Parts: sequence; structure tokens; C-alpha cells
Amino acid sequence: MSTRTPSETASDQGPAERPDAAGEGSEANGSAYDARFRVWRGDVDGGDLRDFTVRVNDGEVVLDIIHRLQATQAPDLAVRWNCKAGKCGSCSAEINGRPRLMCMTRMSVFGRDDVITVTPLRAFPVVRDLVTDVGFNYEKAREVPSFVPPEDLGPGEYRMMQEDVDRSQEFRKCIECFLCQDTCHVVRDHEENKTAFAGPRFLMRVAELDMHPLDAAAASGLDRKSTAQEEHGLGYCNITKCCSEVCPEGIHITDNALIPLKERAVDRKYDPLVWLGNKIRRRPT
Amino acid sequence: MSQVERQQWDVVVVGAGGAGLRAAIEAREQGARTAVICKSLFGKAHTVMAEGGIAASMGNVNSGDNWQVHFRDTLRGGKFLNQWRMAELHAREAPDRVWELETWGALFDRTKDGRISQRNFGGHEYPRLAHVGDRTGLELIRTLQQKIVALQQEDKREFGNYEARLKVFQECTVTRVLKDESASGDGRVTGAFCYERESGRFFVIEAPSVVLATGGIGKSFKVTSNSWEYTGDGHALALLAGAPLLNMEFVQFHPTGMVWPPSVKGILVTESVRGDGGVLRNSEGKRFMFDYIPDVFKEKYAESEAEGDRWYEDPDHNRRPPELLPRDEVARAINAEVKAGRGSPHGGVFLDVSTRMPAEVIRRRLPSMYHQFKELADVDITAEAMEVGPTCHYVMGGIAVESDTAAARGVPGLFAAGEVAGGMHGSNRLGGNSLSDLLVFGRRAGLYAARHAAAPDAARSVDEAQVDTAAAEALRPFSAEGPRDGTVPENPYTLHQELQQTMNDLVGIIRREGEMAEALERLADLRQRARRAGVEGHRQFNPGWHLALDLRNMLLVSECVARAALERTESRGGHTREDHPGMNRDWRRVNLLCRLAEPADDSPTAGRPDVRAEPAAGSAAPVGGLAAAEPARGRIALTRVTTDPIRPDLLALFDKEELVKYLAEEELFE
Repeated sequence: MSTRTPSETASDQGPAERPDAAGEGSEANGSAYDARFRVWRGDVDGGDLRDFTVRVNDGEVVLDIIHRLQATQAPDLAVRWNCKAGKCGSCSAEINGRPRLMCMTRMSVFGRDDVITVTPLRAFPVVRDLVTDVGFNYEKAREVPSFVPPEDLGPGEYRMMQEDVDRSQEFRKCIECFLCQDTCHVVRDHEENKTAFAGPRFLMRVAELDMHPLDAAAASGLDRKSTAQEEHGLGYCNITKCCSEVCPEGIHITDNALIPLKERAVDRKYDPLVWLGNKIRRRPT
Repeated sequence: MSQVERQQWDVVVVGAGGAGLRAAIEAREQGARTAVICKSLFGKAHTVMAEGGIAASMGNVNSGDNWQVHFRDTLRGGKFLNQWRMAELHAREAPDRVWELETWGALFDRTKDGRISQRNFGGHEYPRLAHVGDRTGLELIRTLQQKIVALQQEDKREFGNYEARLKVFQECTVTRVLKDESASGDGRVTGAFCYERESGRFFVIEAPSVVLATGGIGKSFKVTSNSWEYTGDGHALALLAGAPLLNMEFVQFHPTGMVWPPSVKGILVTESVRGDGGVLRNSEGKRFMFDYIPDVFKEKYAESEAEGDRWYEDPDHNRRPPELLPRDEVARAINAEVKAGRGSPHGGVFLDVSTRMPAEVIRRRLPSMYHQFKELADVDITAEAMEVGPTCHYVMGGIAVESDTAAARGVPGLFAAGEVAGGMHGSNRLGGNSLSDLLVFGRRAGLYAARHAAAPDAARSVDEAQVDTAAAEALRPFSAEGPRDGTVPENPYTLHQELQQTMNDLVGIIRREGEMAEALERLADLRQRARRAGVEGHRQFNPGWHLALDLRNMLLVSECVARAALERTESRGGHTREDHPGMNRDWRRVNLLCRLAEPADDSPTAGRPDVRAEPAAGSAAPVGGLAAAEPARGRIALTRVTTDPIRPDLLALFDKEELVKYLAEEELFE
């Protein structure tokens, strides 16, 4: 375990202190400055915020600064990242309390005198530093029944109109950063709800499949609308739209996925004609 | 030390990008119990960054397309250095691989009549790329990921366990492929040595088949579109296991990466921008690509802006604009314009769609580009031009494999697919051919790996001593050589930055003999210092440690690139020699194989390893023990091998006049 104190600053470190390693900072921008960062460090047994003073260059994002911390002051600082272009959804964290992608959060949105606090996603158990155990999401993913291919169509025979795939395509823009899962108040401070609630990302997955023009779930006896309610906890959602607000892809999770799913689920549940029609159509042939 | 957990599987797939997941699906469907090991979370692989599309000659937009045309384009793009059988299989099978994705739930953009839409791309004669806006790679990964979940759901129903026959070990790294090295053994694969990133715990997977699908090497370069995972792991694992790498000098610099601000330098700007109508201009406002059409492509590209512009609407009566030349040509042209002082303010050129189509069309067809520039550079691409320049994007070189089976040459049980495999793309890959490559050869690797594992004599147990050796190697950064002799442990981040700078400056887009020789010296020095790379803290999710281990791979692969690039005295595709500017037909048939040098060659006094004129016998490949990580002047030996002649019916797809430009005298004679 690291034995550093919370007041650790750059000056505590050895000769590795070189903010401009590899000439990176020599881009001749006069606008470089030293920012104050507070980064949560610790593991499952606990931890705390550590203070750092670190160089910021023109055009950088929070992830650049975290990388500079690794390279110069805290080589074992744990953080997930991959593409650094907002496409993979790995570098999710909470920046000044707001769930965000570190690679898409530009330093220019903060004042130079601001203290920038970076903490791990709150809704998931900490592994180490900024890395959390997001296994919850992979469990939920497995609980959503997969796409059911239509039996009468072979590969190459699928015909779908663009306007019919638009809706599901919007949901497939999801990069699985799990920020919506982190911010959703149903689970954010209510661990006990996790068993019954799939979270916005996976309710949206149900909606995506339900709106897929060729999904043959219904023909196979699976009613996605009612399972959203009965199996995946759609009823917990009270459409506060927090998920849509943090979505880095700008997907209208609440308006386009969850609310329509709720409406459809309600139709199913309470409309006696739909209920009757279902019973008749469902009869095995 | 030997308390390392062991698990038994039939097939281990290393890497969970497009190739790895497709291989895993196939192996599992063939009945093999399959484990996937990946460095990141499941679904985050570098494939998600692919933007433009999947090349497959479905002929949905132009019915003139077919596999022969696709094959021809692929060979032209690769300047005829491709392993032609791979290019043939790829062109033939790509449509089936795309259609199959639809049956797993993929939602591609549609044509008016409801088929999969296809877009134009550099080097492709017809609109050929199946796509979803500019996020096709994400769609591919998600579809494969969800197919794997579907298979796991089947297993849950049948066995009560999602992971009974297919398991993803996410955030785990393989540091060694293990082999049967007993006197009676034939050097076949026995498994893989791995560690969990989260806990630092070691484990061994015993399996008769290992599929390497680890992607590329871009993280050895400073300006790159590649993610952190691209540290050449599979290339290095294969080398260390005794398999050769093919044509490592060919590295693709994508012509359009972001150049500003510095922190995003290198991030990809999709070729779809040009495919959909975007143009390149220099600081004088000139569409300079018209000045850079090479002779071999003269008849195929527009001579005037007017003709190029007409082509978008009427491709049958006009030729395509030169912005859609293969990537190597465009990258070199941009490089030359910047060098001639006609660059943009931040050292690139201008890529403009704002004057070419309405803002709302741009936002619909190029949503991630719009988003990326808006968020990261404060540039509204519907109103102003982007600044772009070349960025290290892809390695055409890779593990030498059998074309049909994806089996690595010389190591039974080892397979490779995707970017880590060499040969398919020759000296330069066409855009869109990567995603199709992943699917076609991912499937083949999974198929043949499953068959290999099903053989009655499949190897099943891993030698204890190898496990201990691998564990010791992985732990070394924690006990790096200390302040003895006044030295201090090296910072792995600093070493990495120096490596990236070296490769960028000395083995980059334009190469010179003296610089590459200097690069080899610097790499040797870095190798010495990497031995002293030390890490702080403990084994639990420690990025410094992970990087220290990845450095071994990056250094090995970088040496391959530099050595092969120094050897090939011509310019072709992704290898441009300022001192040998022309393409030389005599080099067409020459493939350069990199192998780990014999340990005997390893003494620090040994100079540059000999370049042998004859291929080494298949099984005589040297095997890398722990010694492979020892510093030495040169770790890589080159061999020249001659490719098989192209099959006559495939040659017949080209005009004689065209073949004359590529084939060596004696080939033409035959």
C-alpha cells in the first residue's frame, strides 16, 4: 500500500518531476499554467483526496492531466482509458461531482484558479483510485434476452427502411461509459435496488430491441415490453432525465427509449384488447 | 512460486476486438470451450474507433461490384505485395461476414430499397463500405459482443452457467505464449501465461490452441490514432514463441489525423469525410491532390476539379477525385505540401466539407466528426475547414500466417488474425478492408484453432519451469536494478515517451538510411535502460507496472520495423525511402521475415545480425526464453523469402499494361 500523506504535492516526489517530459510542453504556447487537482486515491479499504499541482497546456483535457500525474508524480495512479477520443467510454469518472468522460472534458471549461476534483464513479465499488468495479453492468447486459432473428429470412435477405432503423440506431450509439448507470438515482445511493433494476443503459437496450424492425422476439413468445416492466425494473424509473443529461453521446435516453417503453408497457398491461389480442395471436400454431 | 492457478480451455483467444471476438464466436460454435483474454473491459477494444465502414462487394449501390473487383482494388492498394490468397479469400467471403452480422442484430445504414447502404472510399472502385454513420467499428464490436452474450445465454439455459463454454477474461494481459519445449515435443503451443490487471494475480490457461488477435503497434509512435492497448503484444508474443513476422516495414500513416490542439494530435479524422465529398486544400486554397496522382493510377483518377465533382453524381462517366487515392499516396502528398511551406497554421493542410454540403447533411453523415471537432478543438466543421495531417494508424506487417488457416508459420497451435497478422494488405491497406479482414480471418482462425484443439493428440499441459520463468519476468520491474553503479531505476513513462519520439522522428512517414541506423542505436540503448525500468507501489491495478511490461513488446516490434525498413531499399505503400524514392519491381516478390535472433547471436559484441538470403527451415526457428528480454545490440534477424507466384486466373483480372508496372521481368515472362 502507498503510504503517502494526503497533503502530498509534487515537491514530495523524486527526480521524476518533469512536467514537460519529451518536449511535450514546448509547443510554445504562452498559456500553460499550473492547475490544482484533488484526486481520490485508495482502494476497497478506503482512501482520500490527494492534492496535486500539475502543468496544463493549451487545449488539454482532464485525461491529459491525469496522464501527466502518472508520468511525473504518481506512476501507480490507477485509471482506465483507451481511445482518448470519446468513442470507447472507458475513462468515466466524476469531475467536481459530475459524471463525465475525462477525455472529453476540456480544461478550458474550468477557471485557472479552480480546484478540480476527480473521483471514481460513485455507484460502483472502488477497485483502486479512479477505477471501479463495473461488473454490475455486465451482469445486467446478460439478463436482457438477445436479438431474435426472424426464422424466414436468411443472411442477405434483411430489408429495412432507414426511417425504421433510425430509432434503434440512436440507442446503438451508446459507448457503454455507464455514466447514466452511475448517475441514476434509483441505484446511485440505493445498493438494494441493483438486483431488480437494469438501469437506463439496459432498459434502453430493451427498447432498442423492441423497436428493431425485424426482431422476432414476439413470435418466439417473448414480450419485451412486459419484461421491461417485470424483469428489468422499468417501474423504478420516474423520468427525471438525469441519465440523458450526462450521456456523452447525447442520446435521448428518457424521451426516446424509456418513456415510449413505459407507454408501451402500460398499453400491454392495462389494455384488455391488447391483452386479448395477445392471447389469441400467441396460440401455438 | 509455482502456486499459479491453472485453467483448462480448448482455445484461448488473446484480444477482444473484431478479430478476437469473431474467432471466439466461431471456435465456440465449432464446439470448442473458448476463453477470450483482453487488456481492457469487454467492448472497449480499439475496433470501436473504426469509423468509415466494412468493405464487402455486396453490390447494393452499384451492381457492377463483385469479389473480383474488390480483389483487384486490394492488390492495387497494396502495390501487389499482398499474400494474394488472403486477398482472394477476403474479397470472396466479406459479403457473407457482413450479412451474418445482421442476423446477430447489427443495424447498418440503409439504401432506399432497404438493403445495407454502401459508401465510397479511397482505392475502392465502387461504393463498397457497409457503414453506420461514422461509427461503424462501434456497431461491429457491439454486435459481436452481443452475439457472445447470446451464446452465453444459451449456455446458461443448457448448463446453468453463462461461462460454461465461452468466457471473457477482461482486463487481463498475456505476457507469454507457452509451448512444449521438451526434447520429444514439436514445439507446439500449450497455453498462455497471464496476469489480472485488477489484482496483479498470475494465472495460466492451458490450451492446445492460441489465437493472437491483439491488433497493432501504434503506441510505439508519438503521433498515432491508436489507443494505449496497441503495444504490439501479439507481434512480440509470436516472436518470442519462435514465429516470424512478415514485412514489418509497412506502417500506414493515415493522411488525416487531427493536428490541433496538441493533446489531440493524431486522433483520426475518418476517410468518409473525403468519401462523402470533402476536399483537401493547401494554404493557397489549392486542391493540391491533382498534382500527386502517381503514374500507376493516372487513368483512374479525375484530371480536373470539375470532373472529380461530377463523379459523386455520375460515377459511370467520370473519374473519381484524387482525394480518394489510397492512403499512402494522400499521406505523402500532405507531408510534401507542409514541407513546401503550404501547410495550415498548425502544420497540416485543410480538409473541408463546409463548402461541399449543407450543414445538416454533414451532421447526419459525419456525426462523430462534428462532435469530435466541436468538443475537442472548438471547430464547427459545418462552417469551417478542419486542419489535418498524417498519423500512425495501422501496421500492414505482422505474424506470417498460412493464408487459409490463419496458422502462424512454424508454431503448431498458434494462430493469428486481424491487424496482428501480416500479408493480407501488402504494402498498404485500403480503408474499409480492416473491418472485413477482422471478420473473414477472425472466423477462419477460430475455425482452425477449434479443429486443432479437437485433434486427439492435442497438447494439454504446461511445463512448470516455464511458468516460473514467466512469473519472474513479469515481476522484474518491482526489483529493478537499483542505484548500484550510480544508476537509478528508469521511469517507464519516460522510456515510452523517448521510444515514441525515436520512432516518430527516425522511422516515420519518410525514411532515410542514416536516421534508421540511428534509430536502431537508440532502440538498443532504450532496451538497456528498459531493463532498469522500475515501478512504485504494488501489483493491484498498477499502470506503471503494466507499461513496464508492455515496453518489452514495443521495443521488440520497433526494432523489427526499423530493421526491415532499413533493409528494403525501395519505396512502396507504407514504406517511403527518401534515398530510394521509386518502387522497384524486383522487390515485389521479396518478403522480409523478422525472427528473434539466436541466443548465440546475442552477445553485446555482435553487430547487426546477418541478413540471410535463404529462408530458414521452418522448425529451426529460435525460441525465446527469458533471455529474450536481455539487453543486446540486436534482437532481430532478417530473412528474405520469395512469395509464391500469383495464380493465373487472378492475374488475368488485370490488364497486361498494368501488370508491367508491378511485376518483375521474370514474373511477366512466366
